[in-house]
Amino acid sequence: MNTNTIVAPPHPPGVWITATTYAGRTVKQFIRTPQLLVVNAVTSVMFLLIFRYVFGGALQTGPVAYVDFLIPALAAVSGLFAGGAVGVAEDADSGLFDRLRSLPVPRHAVLLGRSMADTALITWGTIITVIVGFAVGFRVHNGFAPAVLALGFCVLFAASFSWLQIFLGLVSGSAQAAQGISFSVFPLIFVSSAYVPVSSMPGWMQPIAENQPVTAMVGTVRALVLGGDTEALLGHSTTWFIVRALLWSAALLVVFGALSTRRFAKL
Amino acid sequence: MNASAGSPPTIEAVGLTKHYGDVHALAGLDLVAPAGSVTAILGPNGAGKTTFIKAVATLLKPDSGTLKVVGIDAIAHPEKVRRVIGLAGQNAAVEPALTGRENLVMIAKLFGHDKKAANAAADIVLHEINLADDADRAVKGYSGGMRRRLDLGASLVGAPRVLLLDEPTTGLDPRTRIDLWDSIRALVHGGTDVLLTTQYLEEADQLADHIVIIDHGRVIATGTPTELKSRAGRDMIEVRVRHSEQLDEAVSVLSTLGTEAPRVDVPARRASIPVVDGSSRLSDAIRIIAEHGISLDDIGLRQPTLDEVFLALTGAPS
Repeated sequence: MNTNTIVAPPHPPGVWITATTYAGRTVKQFIRTPQLLVVNAVTSVMFLLIFRYVFGGALQTGPVAYVDFLIPALAAVSGLFAGGAVGVAEDADSGLFDRLRSLPVPRHAVLLGRSMADTALITWGTIITVIVGFAVGFRVHNGFAPAVLALGFCVLFAASFSWLQIFLGLVSGSAQAAQGISFSVFPLIFVSSAYVPVSSMPGWMQPIAENQPVTAMVGTVRALVLGGDTEALLGHSTTWFIVRALLWSAALLVVFGALSTRRFAKL
Repeated sequence: MNASAGSPPTIEAVGLTKHYGDVHALAGLDLVAPAGSVTAILGPNGAGKTTFIKAVATLLKPDSGTLKVVGIDAIAHPEKVRRVIGLAGQNAAVEPALTGRENLVMIAKLFGHDKKAANAAADIVLHEINLADDADRAVKGYSGGMRRRLDLGASLVGAPRVLLLDEPTTGLDPRTRIDLWDSIRALVHGGTDVLLTTQYLEEADQLADHIVIIDHGRVIATGTPTELKSRAGRDMIEVRVRHSEQLDEAVSVLSTLGTEAPRVDVPARRASIPVVDGSSRLSDAIRIIAEHGISLDDIGLRQPTLDEVFLALTGAPS
């Protein structure tokens, strides 16, 4: 046999190989692109410090210190701040998606790989947030095990939001548009209990803030990390938040997973 | 030896249509790319070239018609087509943060190679595209031409039976374009069938042994480069007269040299005509024009433009 000829592969790659190959490339791209690495970290730390030191003093969170109120929320919503949509739009722009769609790969596995990579990158951001949080006074008040469970929930929320970002990236049409569309999720973050207690909002807004996914997710992480005081402040039990957060996560995964897969097939 | 004897055509399209709103990107395209050949789809911007190659690459589904790639029904079994094609698109779809080798290994794995085979395939291709020395550098340091070569290489790591190249040299400077042509020629020497699109007559001429000219989503002419050029007129003699009142006389002189009526551009005082055996016709033209006492600003011999090929083949500008 001539060693200088390539033999066509015997069978196409499976879901796992496809997903991990694309995920590996996306993580490498992130690590080797200082702009991505630094800008993401700096932005989230800046937000943290501004809320902690600029707004924090004016915000009333009852028996809970504002820094303890804030850090679990930032950890829970990291996925909405991360630029997943932009990365997806760039891969569509560059022609990479055309190439991937011309390959004998299971197409949904490409997006699964993207979600895996984005979830890992969001989790990385979450860890930075928590570390900086500790440095500016945040403490766990409910023991080690619930805190680890809370981090697990953060990863789940990251995965759910990664599919929302993938969908936004696929429909945006260009990296620049994706950047703009990313801002469309801001009301979801701000009209929630993430930065201020829902009870401080106008009456008509409270039901919206109370019943949207971010409030459920933020409440879950807060309740697990802070324990009893938060339950009193937020007016619901830990279980109430966990059940809602799980339902919302499942809904985001299913809806945006399906929409993204459909969109990717037809790009 | 003809390995392709009895093989199904590389591409066989019948009555292919695809529309976006009111725009008919493909309007009943019939096309056969014979097995064992390099086929160039030649046409102006918006002719439907990219839509067609995307349909072959299973990136989009035609509205109607049939499309077979090496005998496989691309509409019913796109997943089978993806196992036999390699696509290099208009952009160099390579990742700048990865090295050349990493880019190729990634695509090789996605073709279905295991790790060892993917590394071996990347090695072979890196030599073929002449990037072995730069293999372990990040692509962000590559020139535009190197990126295109790497992109071409990425389409080859799966040993595809059909290579699809969508405007492989668009946007490259002339020197780099010629280098890339050399790479493509070397690769197709191995026997891979190629379907490429281009806006450049010269590129089709350089690379293809079968040319399909399309416009408005339809095929308007097919043939070997020689056949098409003899139909289109190989070279053009072009004159510009000094005094516009002598233009008619110049036109009648020119029309004795070629087989078709000359094209006339009155405001520019210009006339041109396709001729066979250009250089001797040019000296004839200079002599006769001098005999008639017509004063010229300019006279020259040049390749027909894509517009003129269209005009010659269809009687209408593109």
